[in-house]
Amino acid sequence: MSEAHDEESMITQDLVDQKGVWGNERISPPIAESDIRKWAIATYWPEKPPAIYWDAEYALTTKHKGIIAPSDFNPFAWPIDRPPRPKVSNAARKGSKGKTGLNGGQTDTYGVSMRPGDVIKARSRLKDFNERQGRMGLMLYTFTETRWTNQDDELVRTRISTGIRY
Amino acid sequence: MTIKLYFEDINIGDELSPWSRTTGFMNWNRYAAVNDEFVPFHMDDEAGRAAKNEQGAFGMGNLRYAYIVNALRDWIGDEAEIREVGCQYRAINQKDDVLTVVGKVTEKRSENGENLVTLETNVTNQLGDATCPGHAVVVLPGR
Repeated sequence: MSEAHDEESMITQDLVDQKGVWGNERISPPIAESDIRKWAIATYWPEKPPAIYWDAEYALTTKHKGIIAPSDFNPFAWPIDRPPRPKVSNAARKGSKGKTGLNGGQTDTYGVSMRPGDVIKARSRLKDFNERQGRMGLMLYTFTETRWTNQDDELVRTRISTGIRY
Repeated sequence: MTIKLYFEDINIGDELSPWSRTTGFMNWNRYAAVNDEFVPFHMDDEAGRAAKNEQGAFGMGNLRYAYIVNALRDWIGDEAEIREVGCQYRAINQKDDVLTVVGKVTEKRSENGENLVTLETNVTNQLGDATCPGHAVVVLPGR
């Protein structure tokens, strides 16, 4: 028996069943120019953000022909109705293990830029998971894929995010 | 239209212009406000210590990611594209840390009509610790 099997596993049948299953679609409110400006100010603070994110006149002179959002902009912030916690997180919380969660990182692949007026649709699925020994004992790694498309069904972003539980 | 960086001018080993911020509540609270990320251990020292960080509240991984995106945008200018960014969060962003985004070109290639440049990236702190190893791919205009 491997070392990984000496501790309580966090892999539940629920987690196994969720692998590869796309969740419900979420739809963002239309992106406002001021949402983009505030995002850029916050992430560039205390320095001034680039004009492409807030100066419509300048942005028209660029290849983008208008204001674009920073690549990491989140149009889903501040929902009226809070979505329930993803089932993938709950599934890992079995017994005494899995109570601590960490953001392990992400890889984003970008398509078209987000712009004022865009409405973004998102769907997520548990792409994969594995369990292995780490510094904190047995650790569960989950890999969640989230795809964003815009109102014209153009791909905006694909994110593979790594969640860690122990 | 001002082109900041041409594909032909890039060489393997070229470095990203360093991009730094001294981080603390002024940065974190602004980011929490735009990203709706009011997690207690990012807002409050006691909650940070309860989350096993002795120094108290600590910064968001997502904000470090934003710093990487910003460093890339500042380097490539507005006539280029960020195609891919990936990173792992390896160390905590403590209050008053000076975070610097660093990067080095590891590959350049033309593919499907696009000029792609790959970089190895990281976010270091004032102690030189590598807190966020990763990579990025940008698309640059040609001459």
